[in-house]
Parts: sequence; structure tokens; C-alpha cells
Amino acid sequence: MTAVAEARRDTAPPPPTKQNKLSAKARWVRRAPLLPALIFTVVVTQVPFLVTLVISSLQWNVLTPGDKNFLGLGNYESFIGLQNYATVFTDARLRNAVLNTIVMTASVVLISLALGLLLAVLLDRKFPGRGLARTLLIAPFLVMPVAAALVWKHVLYNPTYGLFDGVLNWIWQLFGADQGPVVDWVSAMPMPAIVAALVWQWTPFMMLILLAGLQAQPTDILEAAKVDGADGFKTFRWITMPHMRQYLELSGLLGSIYILQTFDAVFSITQGGPGTATTNLPYEIYLTMFRKYEYGEAAAAGVVTVIGTIIVATFALRVFSSLFREEHKR
Amino acid sequence: MTATTPATSTAVPGPRPTPARIGWRQRRRNKAAEDMSQRGGPLWTTIAWFLTLLFFAPVFWMVLTSFHSEADAATNPPTPFAPITFSNYGDLFDRNVTPFLINSATASIVSTLLVLALAIPAAYALSIKPVEKWTDVMFFFLSTKFLPAIGALLPIYLIVKRVGMLDNIYTLVILYTAMNLPIAIWMMQSFLAEVPREILEAAEVDGASLPRVLRSIVIPMTSPGIAATSLICFIFSWNEFMFAVNLTATVSSTAPVFLVGFITSEGLFLAKLCAAATLVSLPVLIAGFAAQDKLVRGLSLGAVK
Repeated sequence: MTAVAEARRDTAPPPPTKQNKLSAKARWVRRAPLLPALIFTVVVTQVPFLVTLVISSLQWNVLTPGDKNFLGLGNYESFIGLQNYATVFTDARLRNAVLNTIVMTASVVLISLALGLLLAVLLDRKFPGRGLARTLLIAPFLVMPVAAALVWKHVLYNPTYGLFDGVLNWIWQLFGADQGPVVDWVSAMPMPAIVAALVWQWTPFMMLILLAGLQAQPTDILEAAKVDGADGFKTFRWITMPHMRQYLELSGLLGSIYILQTFDAVFSITQGGPGTATTNLPYEIYLTMFRKYEYGEAAAAGVVTVIGTIIVATFALRVFSSLFREEHKR
Repeated sequence: MTATTPATSTAVPGPRPTPARIGWRQRRRNKAAEDMSQRGGPLWTTIAWFLTLLFFAPVFWMVLTSFHSEADAATNPPTPFAPITFSNYGDLFDRNVTPFLINSATASIVSTLLVLALAIPAAYALSIKPVEKWTDVMFFFLSTKFLPAIGALLPIYLIVKRVGMLDNIYTLVILYTAMNLPIAIWMMQSFLAEVPREILEAAEVDGASLPRVLRSIVIPMTSPGIAATSLICFIFSWNEFMFAVNLTATVSSTAPVFLVGFITSEGLFLAKLCAAATLVSLPVLIAGFAAQDKLVRGLSLGAVK
């Protein structure tokens, strides 16, 4: 879509800066089309977080309701300040969930970034059937996440009739053995099992963004490098990689924000188990909310998740605004 | 699908190495760059295809198994060449998958329309006639997309329960609208910025009102962009699971909830599971392949074109 970006340079106006000249009425006329979307977003996305923040300071378990009413939403016992947060950080289950979230997110992001970059570099070349290959590669990202998780669990990982053990068995029998090894993937290695399924799903996402980055490389610089006698590797290391930095950051950070919130895969593949081996924060919050009915604790864990995400998001926003500014400078 | 609006292809003056209407394949390729991209040859082609097929294999296996009988699906070693049957899909409809699909379609389509109705005017006020501090507003919308939904689940659940809207499809419609609105605003903002100024100014001189400008200029000129935005909103709504499983029970459950309930109630179920997974993924696979060229723009929330 470089064509569009170039066209845009010709047609887009200079960024509007002098608006203070407008009268108050004119300003409201300008704002009017924006307001419905803005109000809707504030009401539906910001208000609930404020409520979560308030609930996180309450001792509120549905099984032992108190006599104080919270905005007509239910009865809680008492105001306990930051005590729920103390529980979140000292309770072994919740601490474990924080740790699992970090391990899960970091491994999925790093592995799928590496694979995505490899695939993007491979697909940036011309080869027979490249269009088809790209289409096929997008498919894992488009399969419904719950469907993908269930297919991985039952159709691929199952120890008796799953595809993975089936293929191992087939190879072993090819070499004359009676029976291949039987691996119960989900029980034997629950975290890698979830990570593998998520990597499979997220690699296309990384690949698409990185491929767009590779294709946005200015051709004249690549040409100049070639004229100067740089070989493929040198060009990649010294020209492509620096150019790709912001695309790697963008895909890594966006991926982190989404993968941090993984719920479908944990819910469908392991239910957080065995024990709490794969319980991440979203799943733990879900359990605290709908199995233990500890609303206060769940809200506090929710706030912790939000803060964790905000830390990642701050970096993400920085990349966004640098890409955004670059574009509007042109 | 070529990636330009009619506006951009006519508005570009002067010499260009390639016409504006080109697919991603030909983009940016002049002769020298082509030479560079040819490096490696058959070995790299083989590796590229090997990895592609490896990634596609689970999807292929899922679709293939959905056409096998349960007995053939559960053999070890696997039997890919077992006879084909359509009975699994028949069974799915016997088990009443239809209402779930209708719920998913309602939630996805109605929320997408609502998103467009809110996002197009908003994008207009963020690009064509921008409000003051419009970049801050853009980043506010983006930041709402970064907040994890799980953090809002409890109050949403309590409020929805209080107003008696649990197990109501319009609860999901509202939530999906909020979930997709930032994506749509970022995408539409970038598409609207591509509408040539002169045409809008001409309309203004003629005294056209905002709804009329939107209806007769902006919407027709950005229709490929609107189509891409809709497809991406549709994809995210159709696949959403967390709100659907926690806020619906029986009447308004969507396709992913059907899938989860379906496997717990089945005995020998590999082939049926694959049929169900294929069926519920099909609309998004079609939408995604149709929106291929704009997928990057949607997934990166408009940051990458």
C-alpha cells in the first residue's frame, strides 16, 4: 500500500495547527460528529474500570454477603483499603498466576516474532506460488481461537488418537518398531503445549506486520547497497534490520498486549492445570470471580493486570506515535 | 483486491514507475529490487514452502478429519486417505448449531454496523475537519484498546445482571461495538485522510450538510476502506469468547460457546469436533482472505499500511 501512502503525501493537507482562530460555536460544530463515539467509549470502557478500582477495596464475597449495598449491584461486607492487593501479591495462587502470565506471554511473543520474521523474509522474495503461500499462512490466525485450542487439544495432542503421536507411531512403524512412543503432551508439558498452540496462532500476525515492514523499505537504499557491493547478509544486517526495528517493536508490543489477555486457550486446553501449572492472570481472575466468588480479590487482580498491561502499552504507544508522526510529517 | 481508493488513483499526478492500482505482489518492485529478491533460489523456495505447509497442516488436518467417519478419524497411525463423508456436518445441524450461528451473526453484524455508524463521523472529525488536539483523541481511543477486557468483566457482569440483560444478544452487541470502535476509528481516519481535499471543498462551497457530505462523497469514496474495516470488526466479534461465555447462558450463546459445550457432551467426537471447528471458523476464514490486503492495517490498528 505504498502507492496509497505516496498518493497521500500529495493530497493530504498539512497537519492543522492553527485552530484557535475558530469561534466557540465552530469548535462545537467540529466536535459534534466525534461526540457519540467518544461518549460511548468512555461509558462502556472507562466506567467499568473505575468500578473495578472501587470494588478492589472492598471485602466482598458473594457466599458471605454483608449488609452494605454497592450501587444496587450487590451487598459487600466492609471497606478494607489495599488489603486485597496484599492478598494478590502474597497468595501463592495469584503470585503463581502472575508468573505464568509472564512466562506464557514472553515465550509466545519471542518465538512467534522469530518465526514471523523468518517467514516474512522468506515471503519477501519472489517464488512460485508466493501469493498462495501467504494466504495459507494467514489461516492459523483466522481459525476461531476456541476452535483452534480444542483442535490442538483433542485432534493433535491426544495421546491415543492425536495426530502428533499418530505420526510418531507411523514413523516408528516405518522403521519396523511395533509401536511409537506415546507422549501425553498436555499432561507431560502443559505450558509448552499451550505456548506451541499460541505460537502457531500468533506467528501469522507477526509475519504480516513484519512483511509489510520489509516491503516498505525504500528500494533506492537497497539498490545503493547493492551497487556498493554489499552482500545479502550485510544488507540485511545493516540496512534491513535497523529499518525493521520499529516494526519488530510494534508487532512484539501489540502481540504482548493481546497474548497477556489469553483466556480461550487456557480455558479450552488445560483449564489452568494440571494443578495451577498454566493458570494465567485472566483465567485466575475468572476462577476467583465465578468459582470462589471473591469479588474484591478478583477486582484487585484485575487492577494488577491492567497496570501490567499499561506498562507494556506505554512502550507500545510510543512506537505508535513515532509511526504516526512520521506519516504526518510527510 | 487492489488496495487503492478510486480517489487516490486519479489524484496522483506526474510520472510514476508503476500504476497506482497494483497488488501487494508487484508493489515497490523495480528491476534492481527484483534482482535482490531473487537471491537464494530453489533452496529458499523449498524452505518457504516447507514452513508454510507445516503451519497450514493443522488447518488442513482439521478440515480433512471433518470429512472422515469417527472410526477413521481415531485411527493410529492416522489414515488420511479414508473415505469421505458429509455426515458430520449433517449431525451438527441435527444438534441445533443454527441458533448459535444466528446469534454470532447477529452480534457480529449489528455491532459492526454500529461501529461504522459511530466511527465514520468520528473519523471525519479527526481527519477532514479535525477538532483541536485530534491526535490526543486518537491516542485516547487507542489506549482503550490496550486495557485488558478481563479487568472490566466483573463490573460489566454485575451491571448487566442488575439491568436484567444477562443472556441477551444486545449485551454482546454493545461490548463488541466498544471493543472494535478504536480499531475502526484508526482505520477510517487513515482512509478518510486520503479523500482529496478539493472535492470536499467544492461540496462545502455548494453548501452541503455534514450527513450529505458523508453520504454522497466520503462514504462512496472510501468504500473499499469501509469494507476492510467492516471485515476486521466482523472477525474480532465473531471470534470473541470471554464475554460470550461469561455473559450468556442458553438463549443468546454464540458459536464459540456452542463449541465448548459441544465437546463436553460427546463421546467419540474427533470428526464431529473438526466439523464444528471448521464450520464456525469458515465465515472468518472467508472474511480474512477477502480482506487480505487490508488485514495488516486492521491488525496493527492502522499503524502499518
